[in-house]
Amino acid sequence: MRVAVVVFPGSNCDHDAYHVIQHLLNIDVDFVWHKEKDLSKYGAVIVPGGFAYGDYLRAGAIARFSPIMEEVIQFANRGKPVIGICNGFQVLVESGLLPGALINNKNIKFLSRDVCIRVENSDTIFTSYYDEGDLLTIPIAHRQGNYFAKPDDIRQLKDNGQIAFTYHPQDADGNPNGSLESIAGILNDAKNVLGMMPHPERAAEEILGAPDGLKIFQSMLGVS
Amino acid sequence: MARYPKVTLETAIDHGLSEKEFDEIQSILGRVPNYVELGVFSVMWSEHCSYKSSIKMIKTLPRSGGRLLVEAGEENAGLIDIGDDLAVAFKIESHNHPSAVEPYQGAATGVGGIMRDIFTMGARPVISMNSLRFGSLDEPRNRFLLEHVVEGIADYSNCLGIPTLGGEVVIEDSYSGNPLINAFSLGLVKKGKTASAIAKGEGNPVFIVGAKTGRDGIHGATFASVELTDESESRKSNVQVGDPFLEKLLLEASLELCSKSWLVGMQDMGAAGITCSSSEMAAKGNVGITINIDKVPLREPGMNAYETLLSESQERMLVVIEKKFEKELKIIFDKWDLNCTKIGVVNSSGRLEVFEKRRKVVDIPAESLVLGGGAPEYELPAKEPEYISTANTFSIDNLAEPADYNKVLLTLLASPNISSKKWVYQQYDSTVRSNTVIGPGSDAGVIRIKGTKKALAVSTDCNGKYVYLNPRLGGEIAVAEAARNVVCTGAEPIAITNCLNFGNPNDPEIYWQFKEAVTGIGKVCRTLNTPVTGGNVSFYNESSLGAVYPSPVIGMVGLIEDTKHITTMSFKTPNDFIIVLGGLNGKLGGSEYLKTIHGRIEGPIAPLNIEFEMRVQEVCLEAIKKGIVNSAHDISDGGLLVNIAESIIAAEPGIGAKIDCERRLRTDELLFGECQSAIIITIPENNLIDLIMISQELDIPTQTIGRVTDNNLLTVNQNISVERPKLESAYNLSFENIMKG
Repeated sequence: MRVAVVVFPGSNCDHDAYHVIQHLLNIDVDFVWHKEKDLSKYGAVIVPGGFAYGDYLRAGAIARFSPIMEEVIQFANRGKPVIGICNGFQVLVESGLLPGALINNKNIKFLSRDVCIRVENSDTIFTSYYDEGDLLTIPIAHRQGNYFAKPDDIRQLKDNGQIAFTYHPQDADGNPNGSLESIAGILNDAKNVLGMMPHPERAAEEILGAPDGLKIFQSMLGVS
Repeated sequence: MARYPKVTLETAIDHGLSEKEFDEIQSILGRVPNYVELGVFSVMWSEHCSYKSSIKMIKTLPRSGGRLLVEAGEENAGLIDIGDDLAVAFKIESHNHPSAVEPYQGAATGVGGIMRDIFTMGARPVISMNSLRFGSLDEPRNRFLLEHVVEGIADYSNCLGIPTLGGEVVIEDSYSGNPLINAFSLGLVKKGKTASAIAKGEGNPVFIVGAKTGRDGIHGATFASVELTDESESRKSNVQVGDPFLEKLLLEASLELCSKSWLVGMQDMGAAGITCSSSEMAAKGNVGITINIDKVPLREPGMNAYETLLSESQERMLVVIEKKFEKELKIIFDKWDLNCTKIGVVNSSGRLEVFEKRRKVVDIPAESLVLGGGAPEYELPAKEPEYISTANTFSIDNLAEPADYNKVLLTLLASPNISSKKWVYQQYDSTVRSNTVIGPGSDAGVIRIKGTKKALAVSTDCNGKYVYLNPRLGGEIAVAEAARNVVCTGAEPIAITNCLNFGNPNDPEIYWQFKEAVTGIGKVCRTLNTPVTGGNVSFYNESSLGAVYPSPVIGMVGLIEDTKHITTMSFKTPNDFIIVLGGLNGKLGGSEYLKTIHGRIEGPIAPLNIEFEMRVQEVCLEAIKKGIVNSAHDISDGGLLVNIAESIIAAEPGIGAKIDCERRLRTDELLFGECQSAIIITIPENNLIDLIMISQELDIPTQTIGRVTDNNLLTVNQNISVERPKLESAYNLSFENIMKG
């Protein structure tokens, strides 16, 4: 099993994702440059955070046109796991792999801090190592993480168990960015694509705080 | 063909040169310079580039020793050996004047500039910090400046993906109209893999890479070398515009380039753009560079050689490589979709020659332009200001003692200088790169170094009030406190960088402040064996309101040998002893208490005994390394009680403290007096013997002054009893409320 970390010009959490997979989980991982077109040798794809193409125009709006995204969509359609973190989530939404949109935080400003999120569905390849209701402490760092979708989409997300994580009221101000239904992470219909604003790759080691995010990667790759 | 004005003494004076300097230029060239050459000399000999008024004092600072690999001034930043085959490069720099006029871009490009200084050496930036000073936030203009400076820093460093670990935000009236915006960056590099800012090898090509050149920032260096006036607003064209995305690409491409054996040298373009980078690289290599200015990719048409040479457009580098590797160079920059254009060639003439439309428009010996070469050096007259004696007559005898100490504590916790700057630092990505162990809001920020057991601690520090009241002692204290801050995290202080922000050096009273402060900094750096790796001098920080407080900001780097030693300031376990290392002999002179509660800024400030200070730091570090310390936090602004309150607020819910301590001091002196060489640590009761062994060996007093509790309460003797939620809301919410106006 090999893992691909997609690198756009402006990606800046690529090395963090690489570190978790290669050095903490001992699974081989490659950086895959956005101009490449082949993901056939990989078992999972990570679209990391950052500012792809500077987030000019709109976060993720230009990155979706990169050659690699065509292949990421095919890869996802074959049922293989794809996780988009922060800017990666924004790219997946822009590319249509996930519904809705990520708009400016409710206070407009960039927000970097730990948040408390709740596992809403533990019956997915990304969350099977957690129990539903588990509370995780994981950092966020974004300006556009306010999840928005049409009422029909929200209803489907809820009915179909596609809400993976929500911001938990135990946190200082509950819903830090103003997301609808306090959504912190969602899945596609088939539940093999996860997009989330919090950064589990930054919460994977004891020394950096609680390693609450590691299980997402362990679960996705079926390792301990 | 571009037509240039005729050069006369008046043109030279308009360019900020003195008559004597103009004469000197004519004798160097053996003729009157042409207009383009005059522009080149004027920026290279500006205070900003030449350090002409400061360099003699700067040379008195310790610039070698310790773990220093590259000395200050040799390259863009000093280089420090941290073992494990690794070195760190770091530096702090000001961007004050641009930020006063255009806060967002001014601050953003300040970050961009300091990052390029680091990655042009081949080091990958891994820490960003900033030290910010503004006038009273009661004034909307100062709130506006703060809001947009913070946003500019956040947008730039967040996009680059470099964690901001904190710094300072200081509010004093003296910074109104002339805020101080100092940005710090630290990079990691494999030893021996650094790039040098040098040109050599006859026939080797010279490339400009990165952004295109526009008209932005022309004469930015000269602009930085005069006081701000009402006209400054109209000089927004002197301010550069930043593009952090382009910088991110340039960062990755440059680091890729640094791994190539055929790279000869690389220099970033900051102040004075192509002019400065080319003349410095040529002078360093003892060679000449010929530039065809028509080859430079331009952002707008019709720019002449004068504008192109002096442009301070951001995100550009000058690169010299071995000939025959031009194709390989192109491949790297094509990958990152960046410009890469050959504009010149290295020769043996020792001259900077520039051709425009085949006409030679610059022909100057490179050496004559640069610091350490022909650039002027001045020793300016200095005179002790009159205020020094009048402002240092404070006596507690004529100060009324407050009736309600609870209220005093809450007022201090809510004051702009002490309250939590969460509103500011939550806008900075502090966890990207997944190395951050201690983020903003502590004595120092800490990152671990992947692949080793080591970690780095960084603190920036300066108390402008202290330096104003006593420049020499204030300078000493800035270094001592920055060192104490990193010690509290478990780090050994290893080196500093400094950003010396002062008023107009031609005023003998300002120059006296400068000389005194630098003397103080040098003394303590020598004692602590923390050499100065480099930094920046920013003069002319004056507005219509006068000069800023002299503010020599110290960026201290500390090395933690083993990540298991990393210590934080929060109280940990109920019943732990709260212990003072050093002594409690707080003085109200220069304190936040005296300013906030009584509206007075007066000295004398508390003295510093540097030998004692060093031993206090040693005790703290030894105890931490022994594993007997649960928390450490030094006493600084606000004194003992603010220190205790901060350690409670940072702790897990429920934690409080009970303090019982008597001294032959008045209660406000004891609780809110500020002193040096005092660190509060907490230890489990069982570790007391171990601590005493260490402290006796180094002859440092330790005194237990209380215990950590689990009752959510801070009590002190009979004077104070405050519930924790009250402490928290005063400390956590007030800055945000102030910013709401």
